[in-house]
Amino acid sequence: MNRSWLERHAYVLFLVPGLVLYGLFMVYPLGSSLGYSFFHWDGLVRGSFAGLENFRAVLTRSPYQERFWGALGHNALFFVSTLAIQSTVGLALAALFRKKWRGFGFFQTVYFVPYTLSMVVVGFLWLMLLNPTWGAFNQALRAVGLGGWVQPWLGQTETALPTIILVNAWRWLGFPVLVFLAGLQGIPDEFHEAATVDGATGWQAFRHVTLPLLAPVLGMMTILTFIWDFNAFELVFVMQGSSGNPYYATDLLGTLFYRTAFGDSTTGGEPGQIGIASAIAVLMLLLIGAVSYLGVRQMQKRQVEY
Amino acid sequence: MHAPRITVSLVLLLLAGLILAPAVPVSAQEVNLTFWSWRTEDQAAYDQFIQAFEAENPGIHVRFVPYKNTEYNTIVATALQAGSGPDIIHLRAYGGLEPLADAGYLMPMDDQVEALKAFNPDVLRGATNRKDGKVYGVPFALQTVQVLYNVRVFQELGLKEPQTWDELLQVAAALKKAGYIPFANGAKEGWTLETFFGAVGPSFYGPEFYSEVVAGETTFEDPRFKAAVEKMLELRPYLPESYMGVGYTDMQVMFAQELAGMMLAGSYELGTFAQMNPNLQVGVFPIPPERAGEPAAMTMYVDGSYGVNAATKHPEAALEFIRFLASREYGQMFADTLKQISAVPGTQPQDPVLAELVQLMEAHGTPYLMLTAFRYGQPSGSTLLQNELQGVFAGKLSVEQAARNIQKGLASWYEPFQ
Repeated sequence: MNRSWLERHAYVLFLVPGLVLYGLFMVYPLGSSLGYSFFHWDGLVRGSFAGLENFRAVLTRSPYQERFWGALGHNALFFVSTLAIQSTVGLALAALFRKKWRGFGFFQTVYFVPYTLSMVVVGFLWLMLLNPTWGAFNQALRAVGLGGWVQPWLGQTETALPTIILVNAWRWLGFPVLVFLAGLQGIPDEFHEAATVDGATGWQAFRHVTLPLLAPVLGMMTILTFIWDFNAFELVFVMQGSSGNPYYATDLLGTLFYRTAFGDSTTGGEPGQIGIASAIAVLMLLLIGAVSYLGVRQMQKRQVEY
Repeated sequence: MHAPRITVSLVLLLLAGLILAPAVPVSAQEVNLTFWSWRTEDQAAYDQFIQAFEAENPGIHVRFVPYKNTEYNTIVATALQAGSGPDIIHLRAYGGLEPLADAGYLMPMDDQVEALKAFNPDVLRGATNRKDGKVYGVPFALQTVQVLYNVRVFQELGLKEPQTWDELLQVAAALKKAGYIPFANGAKEGWTLETFFGAVGPSFYGPEFYSEVVAGETTFEDPRFKAAVEKMLELRPYLPESYMGVGYTDMQVMFAQELAGMMLAGSYELGTFAQMNPNLQVGVFPIPPERAGEPAAMTMYVDGSYGVNAATKHPEAALEFIRFLASREYGQMFADTLKQISAVPGTQPQDPVLAELVQLMEAHGTPYLMLTAFRYGQPSGSTLLQNELQGVFAGKLSVEQAARNIQKGLASWYEPFQ
């Protein structure tokens, strides 16, 4: 009796280590930061109960308000641009790699290698390449007679965020290519053959056959990109520090959160504000959670139609 | 049935220990102190200082334990909250010390360390908790911010240390004409702009502005503050090409490789430059005033202090060590070994450039504006100044707007502004 129960429920035992780790490192911090967001907390010691005061500060009170909405806007731009690059360049590359031409393996590797590098390494690498004084990027511009285009790419409010978005897209590109390639290979050749027989041009076949069949993959990529880009932090932190240099032009929700919680990495002494930072984290969680949930539900609905 | 017997013998042993303990003479007791720090690079020097102390104080042993700089604050805060931590704590200055003192983790020093009475009040401010006005540490090093220049390049071009602001601009123009970068300063990292302002600002906003703005008698929209920012902007033509993208390490390399004639920087760079280029000869001068004869001012600040854990088991021994750290003997040893300006009054570094800085500081020293007074809340004065200056340098903001934003940001937490 006892034995058979154990046999039937042995899987529970195998879940325990995972559940413990997940609980300890995911659920507990989430729960505690939710709790912290309801307290006044300047520096080291937790203060009195604050109710929704921290949330009100982040959303409506200067200077947090400007920083929060500014960072949210940057995250949105980050997401939209990355998505645009991925779904055009990524899809185009995937379509190219689908036909096995000579040397395609080499290019496949070239596009995938950045994905295997750590974000910190990528940031450091581009920091050196983009150095305005001796960076290879500007040197190359000068070498091909485009000296007039030379810019302090990471130092100007207009160019800093777009530059980081491009570096981010460069780093991730291998992944959408891989996913799209798998998606394309999952479409049976007969579909295209049928379309060709019906007289469809290459573009028409792509537009009316390939793209709809790829929709679930595109949808999944969109949701994943959304989650990643609204959680983005490391790249900006490595390249610009936690203050959103220059003049908050690269400030993301992640850097705003970090700076608020632990003080600015370049000003050392200021006290962290755990309460307000937790409120920022909770708002991020709500936003990312709600949008991803709606996105996934929308996709499931659509999938039923096929 | 063995367990109880073991317990009984343990209890007996414990009792025996309690009864015998007082019999051990007090003088023979050895005290072991731990001393936590973020100065991993200074381990050898501190071991040497501790040896000197132990030679004079038999029976007290000190162990220096440095942690990674960036993680030190968290490690100390966590240990103190857990009721442990070291006996001696290397403390950060100003806003970095206050949360610890506020929470009651540190022992006040005022009545315990006689030597502190001789310290400069501006220096002690770096180890004082503003809420109760008590001093919680013995300051160790001072840093100054000024112009560093390449002596060889100045000699080659026949340039002299400028006495007025116009002469400084002439020197910069001469350097530029000769193909040198006049100032190796960039604006990619906001904090280097705060240092830039720390060098230029005080000679123009004047010594009274500091105390008035700290007291809330004036604001950052004061014309003196805005005039000081305008002065910074006059140096823009003499910064490296693409200076908005020039970061801290680029600046150091430009100066150390003798591509630049001057750099607005802190005294802490001297050691780095000596390592990067041993042949580099560096001279120093404070930013000169508008007209000859007007007082120049030079920014200075305290780097940190040595404090005692309020929960230490050996308060007497710990204070004995702290008194040693406040002594002239130690200050001199510190200055000579670590090549930094000691906070102990009356010490003279052997290094001629540092010795000159000590003299300049005594004549022209003024506290580092945002660091010493406005880093106690968020957004800190430093964060605001750094970002607003970046906005101004990038041409995004007028000086007027920047000053207003700084004032607005600080008013969100700084009581005298509310």
